[in-house]
Amino acid sequence: MKNIVKPYGDTLNDGKVQLSFALPTSNDARGKEAARILILSMGFEDAEITCMRDLGEGFTHFIAYGATSASVDLSKIKVKIVETPVMDMTETDRFIEENIGRKLTVVGACIESDAHTVGIDAIMNMKGYSGRFGLERYHQFNAVNMGAQVPSEELLAKARELNADAILVSQVVTQKNIHVQNLTRLIELAEAEGLRDKMLFICGGPRLSHELAIELGYDAGFGTGSYATDVGSYIAITIANKK
Amino acid sequence: MLKLVLDNSLVSRARDAAAKITGDLKWLFESQSSVTIERTVLRLMGIDGATEDGKPLPNVVIDHLQEKSALFSGAAIRIGNAMLKHGLSAQEVAEKVAAGELDLSAVPAAEPQKLYELLGKLSDEMLAHIRSQRENRDSFFEKYGARRQPAIYVIVATGNIYEDATQARAAAYNGADVIAVIRSTAQSLLDYVPYGATTVGFGGTYATQENFRIMRKALDEVSEELGRYISLTNYASGLCMPEIAAMGAIERLDLMLNDAMYGILFRDINPKRTLLDQYFARMINAFAGIEIQTGEDNYLTTSDAVEKAYTVTASQLLNESFALLSGVKLNKMGLGHAYEIDPEMEDSFSYELAHALLTRTLFPDAPVKYMPPTKFASGNIFKTHLMDAMFNFVGQLTNQGVQLLGMMTEAIHTPHLVDRSLAIENAEYIFKAVKNLGDNLELKPDSFVNNRANSVLSEATVFLEKVAKDGMFSAMANGEFADIRRPETGGKGLDGVFQRDENYYNPFMEKMKEELGI
Repeated sequence: MKNIVKPYGDTLNDGKVQLSFALPTSNDARGKEAARILILSMGFEDAEITCMRDLGEGFTHFIAYGATSASVDLSKIKVKIVETPVMDMTETDRFIEENIGRKLTVVGACIESDAHTVGIDAIMNMKGYSGRFGLERYHQFNAVNMGAQVPSEELLAKARELNADAILVSQVVTQKNIHVQNLTRLIELAEAEGLRDKMLFICGGPRLSHELAIELGYDAGFGTGSYATDVGSYIAITIANKK
Repeated sequence: MLKLVLDNSLVSRARDAAAKITGDLKWLFESQSSVTIERTVLRLMGIDGATEDGKPLPNVVIDHLQEKSALFSGAAIRIGNAMLKHGLSAQEVAEKVAAGELDLSAVPAAEPQKLYELLGKLSDEMLAHIRSQRENRDSFFEKYGARRQPAIYVIVATGNIYEDATQARAAAYNGADVIAVIRSTAQSLLDYVPYGATTVGFGGTYATQENFRIMRKALDEVSEELGRYISLTNYASGLCMPEIAAMGAIERLDLMLNDAMYGILFRDINPKRTLLDQYFARMINAFAGIEIQTGEDNYLTTSDAVEKAYTVTASQLLNESFALLSGVKLNKMGLGHAYEIDPEMEDSFSYELAHALLTRTLFPDAPVKYMPPTKFASGNIFKTHLMDAMFNFVGQLTNQGVQLLGMMTEAIHTPHLVDRSLAIENAEYIFKAVKNLGDNLELKPDSFVNNRANSVLSEATVFLEKVAKDGMFSAMANGEFADIRRPETGGKGLDGVFQRDENYYNPFMEKMKEELGI
């Protein structure tokens, strides 16, 4: 059955959308008209410019509202998501003990040029993030966090040496799609070295989704709002199912 | 301003321990040198440029000397000998080495008097230039007025220096006082400084002398238009610390991020190498009147900001002590700290206030650098904007030196033009709204804020005393800092450190030491 929805401002199907953008135009009536026409040409109706701010260097900031006639049919939506249920730390530890019967080894790193460890640390470090302990704290994970700027080769060598069950890769910097290049490089190397099917390949970062991860050849991807509990449960259940 | 009542005996114990820790490393500063220190000497002698395949001439010459085992007395003497023998300039000597036409190890030693006269003249010329840049800065501030406090500091990070210049001018127009040009990710691990203007990079573009020049020119123009001196900053950190400091001194940068501890812990650079490099880099900064900035905020992004608050205080005290050894004045020490406590925590604001006041109280003369929320910034830009406002509130209330503005899109991308402008609007509104509020308030002696500040100080003191007992290097090897183990012989760049011989001579270091009174 069709289920058509539109953005909601304060009345069903009013289609109201908030917009904020800069244009290389002057901060005057001419610039305002340019912004209005631009919004209309995006397919919005009744564009209303509510604020104009001079940004200097010939740029102006516009804040605007528009009403869209576009809609979406929820009954047709299909997304790829990580479908394993999420368990807390104790449940995951018990699950591994009962269903796998040995500790799982996870090697993680922030690879190549990326120097930002915040993502990998949130998932792996003892402390974790936002009240969820990291994988190091789990009894049934042997978690090895290699830190930042780790060359793909070194990550794979470590995973081979430790006979890892899963590799966790974090990518925070996404300028010019560097994260896609880095992740592709890792997976290609893993394939060349015959490691791809020996362990789970999981990536994460603020601009990553499960869908993108699958597209890049990974087993799973975790975006913003993912915690050690999500990643830990996924690894445990997937490996148990593979047995 | 709000006043803390600190336990003064703790303050002096902590400072004594820090002085002991840094003092125990004097042997390193007095007996060793490194490839980047020697490349700095070459740059200060006027050697610049690169070979066709992009290798900088200072690297060509130092690699040549290292290969010939001819670096132990320092590069200056070797270049001086060749200049006298062949009647060439320092630059011409370097070009001949690059062309394979000159073996510096085969040049006979010149008559000492002539050699030292030549090196004296060359170093006087460059130091006079750096001194004149310092005076230029002073006269700009005199003409346009002193920097506001807290100063508004924003970053540009387009990856293209020309685009960066446009964004920097717009930021200045919107109210920024300090512009930081973010470097390309991983430049800290390059053992050379790229040459020329650059329009590429990830998360920023390279620190090069030409890029410094382009940005300085753009900011000088906009300073004149606005009648406000806009300061420029970059990063003298990583494997080329003193070289970048020298480039900044030559091109009149005003601030420099300069923190060996950061490189050791978070970039895995060898401790000996980078502490040694920092010693000379800070001396150059001190001589050039450049404000150094340190990276204590990183302790909080990698660990819990409440539990590990004391590591910030400890690192600040160590950085102060290291800076004093290099002749940096107290009013040029931009020690760092950050607003990074989990916003879900009850009374997080009171903790932040206590930590911020502790820094200001311990270092009353320092233009402390206060860093914004990053760890708990999220894709919810509206919430992040609100957290930035609370951060700005603490910044003004405690009168921080430099407020590094948070961006509402911190967790998403390098700042868009609009993001930066909104961040400045946020800060200017808050700064104005609570401008003199602090003068009306006082803390109860038994208040949470006062007690918390003292307990952080006490933890920092105990920690520093332990490090003083164990020694800096073994403390690092044992993971005492940020839970990261960094052995004395591990990390990147140790092969670039060497023991000086008895003839070692670095004319710049000698003269700067003399002028700085160290």
